[in-house]
Amino acid sequence: MKRMKPHDRPNDMMLQVSMRAIAVIIFSFSVYLLIAGHNNPGGGFIGGLMTACAVLVLFLVFGMKRMAKVARLHFTTLIGIGLLVAVSAGVLSMLYGYPFLTHVISALPFDIGVYLVVVGAALTIILSIAEDDA
Amino acid sequence: MTALHFATLAPFIIALIIPLLYRYMPKIHTGWFALLLPLILFVYFLSFLPTTMAGDVIVQSFAWVPSLDIHFTLYIDGLSLLFALLITGIGTLVMLYSIFYLSKVKEKLNQFYVYVMLFIGAMLGVVLSDNLIVLYVFWEVTSISSALLISYWYTRPKSVYGALKSMYITVFGGLCMLAGIAMLYVMTGSFSVRDIIATINPASALFWPALLFILLGAFTKSAQFPFHIWLPDAMEAPTPVSAYLHSATMVKAGIYLIARLTPVFGGDALWFWLITTVGVVTLVWGSLNAVRQKDLKAILAYSTISQLGMVVSLLGVGSIAYYINDGDNVLYTAAILAAVFHLINHATFKGSLFMTAGVVDHATGTRDIRKLGGLMTLMPMTATISLIGLASMAGLPPFNGFLSKELFFFSMLNMTELTMFNIGAWSILFAVLIWLASICTFLYCAITFFKTFTGKFNAAKLAVKNVREVQFGMLLSPLILAVLVIVIGLFPNVLAYTLIEPAMRAILPGILAPGEQFDVHIYHWHGFDLEVLMTIGVIVIGTLLFLTMKKWSKLKLYNSERELFNMPYDRGYDRLIKGSQSLTRLQMTGRLRDYVLYMCTFIVLLIGYTLLRYDAFAVNTSNVSPIDGFMWLFAIMLLLCVIAIPFIHHRLTAIIVIGAIGFLVALMFVVFRAPDLALTQLLVESVSIILLLLAFYHLPELRKEKVKRSFKLTNLLISAAVGVMVTLVSLSAFALGSESGLTSISAFFIENARSLAGGYNIVNVILVDFRGLDTMLEILVLGIAAIGVVSLIKLRLKGSEDV
Repeated sequence: MKRMKPHDRPNDMMLQVSMRAIAVIIFSFSVYLLIAGHNNPGGGFIGGLMTACAVLVLFLVFGMKRMAKVARLHFTTLIGIGLLVAVSAGVLSMLYGYPFLTHVISALPFDIGVYLVVVGAALTIILSIAEDDA
Repeated sequence: MTALHFATLAPFIIALIIPLLYRYMPKIHTGWFALLLPLILFVYFLSFLPTTMAGDVIVQSFAWVPSLDIHFTLYIDGLSLLFALLITGIGTLVMLYSIFYLSKVKEKLNQFYVYVMLFIGAMLGVVLSDNLIVLYVFWEVTSISSALLISYWYTRPKSVYGALKSMYITVFGGLCMLAGIAMLYVMTGSFSVRDIIATINPASALFWPALLFILLGAFTKSAQFPFHIWLPDAMEAPTPVSAYLHSATMVKAGIYLIARLTPVFGGDALWFWLITTVGVVTLVWGSLNAVRQKDLKAILAYSTISQLGMVVSLLGVGSIAYYINDGDNVLYTAAILAAVFHLINHATFKGSLFMTAGVVDHATGTRDIRKLGGLMTLMPMTATISLIGLASMAGLPPFNGFLSKELFFFSMLNMTELTMFNIGAWSILFAVLIWLASICTFLYCAITFFKTFTGKFNAAKLAVKNVREVQFGMLLSPLILAVLVIVIGLFPNVLAYTLIEPAMRAILPGILAPGEQFDVHIYHWHGFDLEVLMTIGVIVIGTLLFLTMKKWSKLKLYNSERELFNMPYDRGYDRLIKGSQSLTRLQMTGRLRDYVLYMCTFIVLLIGYTLLRYDAFAVNTSNVSPIDGFMWLFAIMLLLCVIAIPFIHHRLTAIIVIGAIGFLVALMFVVFRAPDLALTQLLVESVSIILLLLAFYHLPELRKEKVKRSFKLTNLLISAAVGVMVTLVSLSAFALGSESGLTSISAFFIENARSLAGGYNIVNVILVDFRGLDTMLEILVLGIAAIGVVSLIKLRLKGSEDV
């Protein structure tokens, strides 16, 4: 059962137009969840998953080729950057003389690191499976 | 974090910057930037010389994991400063050499210099650290960075083989060392070397096991017999790496450990016998095998093994100073003097020899001495530098190698006067063995020089057409080292009270009275004593053997190069892999259904056994929260969805129903007022459904399989059993928990989330702050899982292939 290509289907235009707006909403909400995590429900994991959802929805609607042209980010690198940020947040406290991973003022840098890793890992896994057409 | 800590960690920070430098400034060879770091550190460590010469030490501490007694304590005394200077000094020269050796166009320089930086930082950490756990961490990082550097040209299978071999052997030793460190902690209650020296009790039951395990760590790292087999295979690394790691620094880490812990274990008979015997055997075995080799770097590798054996045996003899501990032990402290002196000398001549081997390789395209010859006229500078290094290694005056060798003979001959430890005739045997080894050393040095630089030049055998002297930049580093060889040979006492005596004092604390100093006086001519006669004998017999080489080079023993001790490793490795593969094949049938079956059966049996054995089943309905009507509704819907799944044929519908179950669970979380959990569950469910849809796109429709009745019955039984077990466990856990009176940990978190961590969202606070380390490791695992998925997909394995 072969799926029809996106541009074959007649009703895609509505989906694409609306998805542009919806993706922005989902994305901003996910960043809000990240930042508000410490005092309200939210945090790095949830924000990351939601951003991954937003990007995935865009991929589903617009198709692989179009998205590849727009989003040049290599998601695997994002994992490395996220880990680096998280570890640096821990090491930063060492520079001030505290033991490792004592948060200086805020835990947000660490949470951002977690966020980046979750986004990177989720998208890497899903997109590798999706791109594999064998 | 003091300046010293920064100096030790600086290489790691620079390692982060190097890839950026490589990418954005490709015109400049990245090595020029990398060169700056060891140079600056060398100058920085030089500034500590006056302190150690005066006999003081510097201690800087930083609480890293205070709850586990792990402090990042850095300790500068004579020994650690000597090593730090060696690491940074030789590092500078090797960086300089690598700039000319590695082509910036063809090689992935960013990887190379990152790994080298990691190594420098880790090695500095090993020699400067006072806390044994921190030392262990840095020790393993040196193993890892060494393996990465050996497999730098990772497309070559031999490189990968060499890297894996080195890693297996050294990490095995590292784990043994960790066991030894743990035993030392149990005996003395501290990880700090200084504390351990003060409070060790040699009569404790753990003393000998700790000794053995720590020696295992030292022997594997320093390529002592029988763990030396990784060093010749490590020669697959680029020559700068061989010159740096596998001759001057990393392999000396084991020697550093032995020297550092001599005050702890010294004076003990087992320590003396083990170290001296292993050292002498390594010395002999290494030099014998070096004669057989045809590859320049292989000769140098075996020669390194043998010279390291020499230093190790000297440290063993020197430890007797702790046994005797009166005025007479100046004879045995001379062994420590010889060990330290040879450490320095070996770094100079071996480093320069490796670099010239690399130069020859660069210029002619080969390292095989059967193909080389007559290069003296074509590459005069290289020949001269090589000659200096080889003459020093062979022990010829007036080079520093001669001085070391004389001191070595002197120390080993002193052993014949000992009466303790039942030495007796063994000392004479040792003396004879080391004499034989020195003959072999002379022989292979002669072979190396004459076969490469004299004789007929045969252009047809070489790959490179135009053989000529390489650019001066590449020769600068070996030249500097050769000059050092000469200078130290002629003026050895420059080092006497600056480097050697403080190091001796660090290795043998407690021997001198305060204010006293070791008497260090090195000179060439001691009169016609046994040592000089031994040296003359070495030269005479060595020359004879070399001249008659045509006769014995036809022997089969000479013609093979691979030594037989590789066999246990290779065979053992093969059998281990095959054995575990067959074991795995027993249980891993390839069907997910079977794995779930095994897991569920095991869980059922384990929980059932525990419930029965400990009479752990209880039901208590008195303190249950009230359940509203719509909760019943959700529970029933959940049940219906779950029961429906086995009856669904259409794959898409099955996925949607699974999603519905997930969303219902999220709804339950909302009802129980857990917004974080509900949000996470919703999102995870959405992402999972998308993932399942993508994955199952390629699979065919669900078909009704024809399976046996008994098969269906078994599955039903097991699934029912799992359900029953989980129910019983939940009921019991609730009932027993409320009876036992243990307060739940949530009370602590509720009280302290705001005050200690500054947040109202307790779940997030736990994740990010209270259990932040767990979260960090979790995201690491997440990253590894993602990389694993990508690798599996890109590998495109067929159905039953093994990964």
